[in-house]
Amino acid sequence: MIGPSSSHTAGAARLARVARQIVAAPFTHVQFGLHGSFAKTYRGHGTDRALVAGVLGFREDDERLADSFALAQQAGLTWEFVEADLEGMHENSVRMRFSLADGSIQEIIGSSIGGGQIVIRSIDGFETEYSAQSSALIIRQYDRPGVVSEVSGVLAANRINIAVMRVSRSAKGETAFCVIETDGWIPPEVGLALRGLPNLISVRIINLSDREESACTEI
Amino acid sequence: MYGNLSELLALAVQRGSALWPVVLDNEIRLSGLSEEEIFSELERHYQVMTASATKALERPMPTALGLISGITAPQYRYSQQSGGLCGQTLNRAMAFALSCSEVNASMGKICAAPTAGACGILPAVLMTLEQSLQLDRHQVLCGLLTASGVGAVIMKNATVAGAEGGCQAECGVAAAMAAAAAVEMAGGSPSQALDAVSFALMNSMGLVCDPVAGLVQVPCAQRNASQTANALLSADLALAGMKSPIPADQTVDAMYRVGRQLPSELRETAMGGIAVTEAGREFARRLRDEQD
Repeated sequence: MIGPSSSHTAGAARLARVARQIVAAPFTHVQFGLHGSFAKTYRGHGTDRALVAGVLGFREDDERLADSFALAQQAGLTWEFVEADLEGMHENSVRMRFSLADGSIQEIIGSSIGGGQIVIRSIDGFETEYSAQSSALIIRQYDRPGVVSEVSGVLAANRINIAVMRVSRSAKGETAFCVIETDGWIPPEVGLALRGLPNLISVRIINLSDREESACTEI
Repeated sequence: MYGNLSELLALAVQRGSALWPVVLDNEIRLSGLSEEEIFSELERHYQVMTASATKALERPMPTALGLISGITAPQYRYSQQSGGLCGQTLNRAMAFALSCSEVNASMGKICAAPTAGACGILPAVLMTLEQSLQLDRHQVLCGLLTASGVGAVIMKNATVAGAEGGCQAECGVAAAMAAAAAVEMAGGSPSQALDAVSFALMNSMGLVCDPVAGLVQVPCAQRNASQTANALLSADLALAGMKSPIPADQTVDAMYRVGRQLPSELRETAMGGIAVTEAGREFARRLRDEQD
């Protein structure tokens, strides 16, 4: 990884890179809301450059990380850092607000919990606990009976084992949000099959590989 | 397969092996990778380690405030010229550790072991033994596996974050990982490796995290050097036959308890210890001025 701090630099880069994959759409501006120790020490640790590098898709061992501001400018990206009070969050947490090309905003909150490990705590207001250690499906669905079993049916048919599954919802009967971590890579056919289900609003596949640039597909 | 160090030891004893083959099997099971793939991953990590441990030996790296820019080269020259009081091996090992710290502070590429702030200790010990014991690369990578296994257990049962456990959890744990690796690379038994883990943690118990101006430079670089010495001497104590009366898992628990007892001022907040000395505060002021 790139120093100087595994939690303040590498973890920050990873958080932003995973957030970029979750957003999975072109964006023009990112507002980073820094909480706790991130807010106090971000400059000395290069947390700012690491976060910008992450949203550019650079890995935490990419030596371009130190030059990320110039590279982001070249790419036409703008960004800002603000202090954020994220109540109850880990000391090293950041709220990333992506302004998408279509004018909408996506918001992802994550924490860097030490040694470069991270946890995504919230996606567009839905609580989650995704540690980005395995591939995942991020699904938004209508909160109706049987949806989870339809989704797991598709996974079973494709011989994909569910490692962790977390469902949260905005209010009873409205929309729900589901993060499914799987053992192994998720092929695009699974996304196509899931798209055919009537109760799903959106499906995003995150395939992580520690060695190569990770792939993400929006369906 | 194993949830603590005594279970790791029991598995090694049961199969009459060192610790590293048990760690390897566990990695194969958890990652789904083959033995070859794991060794090539270890090789990749070791190459990052050796690059960062040698990059600053002859030329200074730019760091914020320049607190540790250029500290490595004089140490390396000293080790080459006179051997110093501690001998050439230890002085050179400390130069390797300092190089990693200097590269790290310049936002260079390092391998967290277990963290970025403590990234100099394990490379320094592995490279030193590779040279002084004339080991082949495979033996060094086996040492890296042993260290990883020990580090993973400590991360699971305690912490490796300075913000949670102080420097003992970062540089202390790095020394413990490196000490275990050193024992195995020198041909010691698995139980001696765990004795060395205990000694390294005893020798760093209570070490606080008090970075000047909040930067990972001072006293982090000095502690990477001193904990490299701790790793090597802890391994020597174990190899000489000293037994730890306290099992390694209990030493890990003690380290974790001490970490939680440390006031937050002494856990990476730069609000205590060396960070709040008169000179330390002055550096913090300078950093603020430079950034505004």
